[in-house]
Amino acid sequence: MSNNGKFEPRIVAFLCNWCTYTAADTAGVSRMKQPPNVDIIRVMCTGRIDPVFVLKAFAEGADGVIISGCHPPGDCHYTNGNYKTFRRMPLVEMLLQQYGIEPGRFHWGWISGAEAPKWAELTREFTEQVRKLGPLNWKKQFASKED
Amino acid sequence: MAKITITIDGKPIQTEEGQTILEVCRKNNIYIPTLCYHPVLEPYGACRLCTVEVTRHGWPSLHTACTHPAWDGLVVRTNTAEVRAVRKTLMELFLSRTPNVPLIQEMAAEYGVTEPSYPVEDPNEKCILCGLCVRVCNDMVKAHVLNFSSRGVDRKVGPPFMEKTRECIGCGACTIVCPTGAIEIVLQKNAIYAAKPLGPTAAIYVPSLQAVPRVPVIDTDSCIRFRQRDRSNGEIEDACGACQMLCEANAIDFTQQDEILELNVGAIVVATGFQMWDSTKLSQYSYGKSPNIITALEFERLSNAAGPTGGQILTADGVKPERVAIIHCVGSRDKNPNAHEYCSRICCMYSLKQAHLVRDKTHAEVYEFYMDMRAFGKGYEEFYERVQEEGVVMVRGRGAEVQVLPSGKLRVTGEDANLGKLVAVDVDMVVLSSAIEPPADAQKIAQLFGLSRTPDGWFAEAHPKLKPVETNTDGVFLAGAAQGPKDVPDTVAHAGAAASMAVALLNRGEVTISPQVAVVDEKFCSACKTCLNICPYAAISFIVEDNVARVNEALCKGCGTCVATCPAGAITGKHFTDDQIMAQIEGLFRVPELVEA
Amino acid sequence: MPGNGKLKLGLYWAASCGGCEIAVVELREKLLIVDQVADIVFWPCATDFKYKDVEAYPDGYMDVCLFNGAIRTSENEHLAHLLRKKSKVLVAFGSCAYEGCIPGLANLFDRESIFRRVYLESESADNPNKVVPQTAYHMPEGEIEIPKFYNTVKTLGQVTDVDYFLPGCPPQDPQIWAVIEAIVSGNLPPKGSVVGANEKTVCDECKHVREEKKIKKFYRYHEIIADSTRCLFDQGIICAGPATRGGCGALCTKVDIPCRGCYGPPPNVVDQGASLLAAVASVVDADTEEEARRIVSEIPDPIGTFYRFSLPASLLHRARR
Repeated sequence: MSNNGKFEPRIVAFLCNWCTYTAADTAGVSRMKQPPNVDIIRVMCTGRIDPVFVLKAFAEGADGVIISGCHPPGDCHYTNGNYKTFRRMPLVEMLLQQYGIEPGRFHWGWISGAEAPKWAELTREFTEQVRKLGPLNWKKQFASKED
Repeated sequence: MAKITITIDGKPIQTEEGQTILEVCRKNNIYIPTLCYHPVLEPYGACRLCTVEVTRHGWPSLHTACTHPAWDGLVVRTNTAEVRAVRKTLMELFLSRTPNVPLIQEMAAEYGVTEPSYPVEDPNEKCILCGLCVRVCNDMVKAHVLNFSSRGVDRKVGPPFMEKTRECIGCGACTIVCPTGAIEIVLQKNAIYAAKPLGPTAAIYVPSLQAVPRVPVIDTDSCIRFRQRDRSNGEIEDACGACQMLCEANAIDFTQQDEILELNVGAIVVATGFQMWDSTKLSQYSYGKSPNIITALEFERLSNAAGPTGGQILTADGVKPERVAIIHCVGSRDKNPNAHEYCSRICCMYSLKQAHLVRDKTHAEVYEFYMDMRAFGKGYEEFYERVQEEGVVMVRGRGAEVQVLPSGKLRVTGEDANLGKLVAVDVDMVVLSSAIEPPADAQKIAQLFGLSRTPDGWFAEAHPKLKPVETNTDGVFLAGAAQGPKDVPDTVAHAGAAASMAVALLNRGEVTISPQVAVVDEKFCSACKTCLNICPYAAISFIVEDNVARVNEALCKGCGTCVATCPAGAITGKHFTDDQIMAQIEGLFRVPELVEA
Repeated sequence: MPGNGKLKLGLYWAASCGGCEIAVVELREKLLIVDQVADIVFWPCATDFKYKDVEAYPDGYMDVCLFNGAIRTSENEHLAHLLRKKSKVLVAFGSCAYEGCIPGLANLFDRESIFRRVYLESESADNPNKVVPQTAYHMPEGEIEIPKFYNTVKTLGQVTDVDYFLPGCPPQDPQIWAVIEAIVSGNLPPKGSVVGANEKTVCDECKHVREEKKIKKFYRYHEIIADSTRCLFDQGIICAGPATRGGCGALCTKVDIPCRGCYGPPPNVVDQGASLLAAVASVVDADTEEEARRIVSEIPDPIGTFYRFSLPASLLHRARR
């Protein structure tokens, strides 16, 4: 996305309904400063996040992806959905690395409903981090007919 | 038990067989002096003071009432001239042995003995060799530390060879039974005493005085019986038991154990309350540096009629304070990271009440350091007015600092915002209206019930306005300060609402569940069994006959973890489907076509 | 149908190993039946046709064209477009045409690095002049053109419109026969369907006994002697069976080799690798992040493991260049 020629990263965040989505909601209600670059997709639990969503987001044009839910071990509204997340995401990291996507473009972690400032800070820092990495523009990888 | 009749001092008394004369007299309020008697110990007849005249078969003779059985037809006279003469002789002997023990002096005076009649060997002697301590140590505590040694005039009480012994468990039973104060235990400041605010309590005590039913408990760490059992690895099982012997209701049961009850319930009300914020976290209030700087909760104990001072408000020196300062918002409404930003909400009103109590009980000058007076409840403002009229000095401004002066006085400084000046007042007692905070284990409880917590740490209700007692976990409700600081009326209202919600849920009989569940499309399920271990609710089971996995919709909570897991794509949620989420992702990157106007 | 009532059948191989051709030959005596019902009008592997013969056919001349192989070069792509034009029904035959397959793993690299490795660095290369393929070369006789080697391997479906997909590396001959029967009888499913395969996964055909999965350690095939009665995945060997369309008859697991996933994703799965990855990681028996990371970090080569046959068809298609 270009804004007067300046690169503005597009970031997709998959957030669990009970913890980080609540934190993001609170951050907004509390008027905490957040960059507009992060688009949130709500799921009930981070356990619902199929790795394919991450790939799809990058494939569609995301420059960065965030996954965030309830702190393990016990914060999960569904007991241990977040366990599945921390089992899957290290492998997703490995996969993305092999695809050539920098580790700095993918963040997964935990922000509880009480940690709205932490969410606001993450969006600010992650956006800056992705901004430094520059555009990913995955579709271009495959667009040229000559290739 | 057979009924008998016994005549005491000319009065016929109907009673039961199997008691001593002394026991019958005590029950009938007939005074017989004793020194070596204790109701929980076997009678010993050492002091002889309970001597009475007993007439059997027409023959009067003198006997000790503590050891003589009460038989049918006995005639007892407790106060004849002969009896008094014996007691007088005994008191002469006692006073000559222990001339400076107040109890002996008093009792001797009753028989006209005011000076030792015989040469005094040791004016500091206190032991009268009654043997109470020996009996309690051997028969009750079963520590077998104390006994008599030597004979005749050399007879004395002590541990073997008068040496310190590890067998002593420091229970203090001997000091309690000793009538003359001859035994002293040097207490070291130990954990048992330090743990009890404002003075020690007994090993059996009522933990919450307002509780219904008001039942005492035994602190098994302090109780002699349990300590002896634990020390001896269970060999000494029957030490002490004095409370059991004395309890007329037979309510003491040493065999009771802590129990973990497993109950199947349809609703849970979480009412885990609050804890006091640790007032040492802000050092400017000097909490812990003087015994006269106390928290409001300690003040409550101090002014409690069942408290250590019987409800009198006294400084640590045991005198009434002349000036008292009450500091509001200690640890509340404070951005210091050691404190809380929220208002603890209950402090203004209890501080006013405590100011009123101080004025009422001690007439001391009271200075209230407050930021704002939050007297918003029904009748609260009126109470605030009344306390002001009682002469309490209101200083508008947070108490900034409490200093302990070399004299022991306490100097409170702060700004009086109304005067626009710094003020200081020297007082005898400072009461800190300390913050209340979520219990230290709130996170564990939150995890147990799947609750979330608001940034201040209290449990989050499902909606701040519309669902004040519900939580995000079905069937779990919040009551009272667990959800946030509340005073008693608000807690009662909140708890009532929670109880109603719980009962309403129980009475429903049939519950509707969320339609947001996962479904297995059996056409695509290939029985790989990957999903079985994934579900936190064990809602997915494998149906052997059909060779497919199936979701129990009543158990499924709709988290979608299995949907993301199923490698065959055979499980879908009835919400947040793959198609919906994929469409959302696509939607984010669909650039809208701008039409030039 | 043309005058003799026989089908006009074409077969072509693009970037493939030739296994698909062998699979057709594996029909054995049934080939005689094929010959009775069809005229082979293009099959470079078995009969002598020239491209210009095909170019001369009217559009839609062939009733069915079975196209195997991925699109690696400009020649592959040219033929894909040509055969599309000349066929009524174009079938992506086999895993390469369907989803890229083993040639598609080259999408982890680009043209330059592949040429460097193959023509310059490989241990068996004897290339003192450091010659790498060029698209044009001057010969004394004139300039000749060599097809361009693309950076990215594509599937047939990514370059042209495909009617049916017949998966497998190679497709199993009973499945091929069933498809031919369907074509002859005209009993064809809707366009775009996967044919010659099942709706359920390989597990459905696999005879190993499966239990609830809890994996503490992943083993590569040579690191463990597998219990040949129990599910290989249960034993910690990554088996693509749960995320792979059935139809092969679970050939590999029958001999205790884990499924590699050649039949492609099951009907409702978008990205076979991601789906398998999710399942594999979800059953890791770890209760802390550190333990989970330790266990999954032992899986070598995630793309090669999870996308062995489907990288070009996956959502990201290739590694970043």
